[in-house]
Amino acid sequence: MISPAHYVALAAILFVIGGVGVLIRRNALVVFMCVELMLNAVNLSFIAFSRLHGNLDGQVIAFFVMVVAAAEVVVGLAILTSIFRTRKSASVDDASLLKY
Amino acid sequence: MTGSLALTTLPATGAAHAAWLLLAFPGFGALVLLVGGKRTNAWGHWLAVLMSLASFAYGCVLFAQLLGRPASQRGFDLHVYSFIPPIGRFVVPLGIRIDPLSICFVLLITGVGSLIHIYAVGYMAADPDRRRFFGYMNLFITAMLLLVIADNYLALYAGWEGVGLASYLLIGFWYYNPAPPVAAKKAFIANRVGDVGLSLAIMLMFAQFGSVSFTGVFSQVHSARPGTITALGLLLLLGACGKSAQLPLQSWLLDAMEGPTPVSALIHAATMVTAGVYLIVRSAPIFNLSSDARLVVTIVGAATLLFGAIIGCAKDDIKKALAGSTMSQIGYMMLAAGLGPVGYALAIAHLLSHGFFKAGLFLGAGSVKHEMDDEVDMRRFGGLATVMKITFVTFAFGYLAIIGIWPFSGFFTKDPIIDAAYAKGGTSGAILGTAALIGAAITAFYMTRVMLMTFTGKRRWDDHVHPHEAPPIMTGPMVILAIGSLCAGGFLMIANRLINFLAPVVGTPPLSHGFFTVTSIISLALVVAGAVVAWLIYGRRDVPVTAPRGSLVTVAARKDLYGDAINESLLMRPGSWLTRLSVYFDTQGIDGIVRSVAAAMGGSSGRVRKVQTGFVRSYALSMLVGAVLVVGALLLVKL
Repeated sequence: MISPAHYVALAAILFVIGGVGVLIRRNALVVFMCVELMLNAVNLSFIAFSRLHGNLDGQVIAFFVMVVAAAEVVVGLAILTSIFRTRKSASVDDASLLKY
Repeated sequence: MTGSLALTTLPATGAAHAAWLLLAFPGFGALVLLVGGKRTNAWGHWLAVLMSLASFAYGCVLFAQLLGRPASQRGFDLHVYSFIPPIGRFVVPLGIRIDPLSICFVLLITGVGSLIHIYAVGYMAADPDRRRFFGYMNLFITAMLLLVIADNYLALYAGWEGVGLASYLLIGFWYYNPAPPVAAKKAFIANRVGDVGLSLAIMLMFAQFGSVSFTGVFSQVHSARPGTITALGLLLLLGACGKSAQLPLQSWLLDAMEGPTPVSALIHAATMVTAGVYLIVRSAPIFNLSSDARLVVTIVGAATLLFGAIIGCAKDDIKKALAGSTMSQIGYMMLAAGLGPVGYALAIAHLLSHGFFKAGLFLGAGSVKHEMDDEVDMRRFGGLATVMKITFVTFAFGYLAIIGIWPFSGFFTKDPIIDAAYAKGGTSGAILGTAALIGAAITAFYMTRVMLMTFTGKRRWDDHVHPHEAPPIMTGPMVILAIGSLCAGGFLMIANRLINFLAPVVGTPPLSHGFFTVTSIISLALVVAGAVVAWLIYGRRDVPVTAPRGSLVTVAARKDLYGDAINESLLMRPGSWLTRLSVYFDTQGIDGIVRSVAAAMGGSSGRVRKVQTGFVRSYALSMLVGAVLVVGALLLVKL
């Protein structure tokens, strides 16, 4: 196989893109998608290391991560939907009631 | 003869065994009356009189016991109770010493005190608080007796403070009026300044000699440095000045006349104000070793003598005139006590005769005040001799005694002091003697003024007063005191009776030259001259009802020779400035520091809370930064 460094680099790039997206984008759905991107980047690096070490530990962790991501998406989208229904806006900047 | 105690005190035997009864009787009376409260209103005053008489009776028993012994053995020491457990060297049991000096005072306090108690039953008859009055009077008797029979300085100090307390309570007796509480506070604070002197003296004694009992201190006083002895003498003098209203602590005595007249008679004439003289005479071994301290005592005595006399000349309030007179007469006693072994017995003799005639004068003034509907301004009196004959005669006896006309008491006790002052020799002796002579002349002047304004001349009464003679319960004690004013001086001084009696305690003065010396003739002449001058001003002409403006000296004397003004500018204003400064420092400074801590907390939290922007993205950024820092730290540690 090609060197795991390539995979880890790709995972890092995907992670950074996802992180920047979380910090910059205003639409809540896009923020969720960027969070998913970060999680998948981490999954990629886990798989690469599992292939490197020759055991299945990394792949099992990747499964766990995917399950957690799925549950998180359910809850997050439910919250976002209820916020959108009351406030008619999906922008994260508008939910600033916890301001000092 | 000088400086050594010729008296050996023996452990108490016989009647002296229960000498604590002297304290127990009035103490019991005070306790019952003050704790019992209103229930004892009906009979409380009689209990107080009875307790005072019981103390007097027991004092007479002790006196008889003393007389029955040879002169060098007239002293009993009785250990009563050790209520301070010994702390290292500090052992102070409460003990009682009965010797000639203390028994003189015991008889004076209980004798004159009982007469004044009887008088006060009549004087305070209309007062609803009479029971409380008698409770305080018995408390005073207890404390004063403790003062004079204590055998160590600390118990003396306890009695000292006790009489100060009783004086405060009794001056401010009518506390619901505006003036008495102020006067009571003034008396207490002036006394407190003196008490600092006495307590420092006691501390110095313990530090130097390891003991505060009389035997302990007096036996070791030879071994102390002269500077220490002088310091002790001056500190004791400061204490005496506070209690006896001598310069510079004299301002409280005239204000103390706000109290009921029996109080003025007992406390501020006969007994409490003489406690300072007792202290100095009792501490004779200390003063004998320090001529500097003695000189200061004589200067204070002579200065106060003239000071009190000048004030007494200008006061229209009869009680305040008598108070100025008391200040002046105690100046005589201080002058005598400061002359050393020559004068101690003379001071005590004058003290005892002064107790009789001054108490008599005050009781007479009280009788007048009682009948004149509580008026004390002499400009509203006049012509009372015709309606209050007994009061007039007893007051006249006291008057003749105080100015020193033979054969009344003052002649026998005051003139020897003037003689002794001249006999001191040198410039100081001449100055002191001349001051005492001038004082005698001024005394004659103002006392004649009081007599003429009150009892003779036209009646200047208000319309609503109808004076008649006081009831027998009041005139009885006045008569007894008048007899004392006539006889006491002669009895004490002729054949050197008192001098020989006190000799084991205070030393024997040199042989006296009889009573009709050159100085006594000159003094009699000056006294008559002073009386004649007073008659020319107040007897021949009518006394104006409103006080005329008077000369510069008169105006000054009316203001107590600016004593209050000096105290105010030297002590009160700097003192209140200092307290205001402390209050300012406390509220602005210390509270300011505490408040600034709180303000800093508030201010910094006000800035820090701005981190809570409410934006999700900024929270996410801070989470990212934090995660990066943690990972970086882990990497660093691993490396």
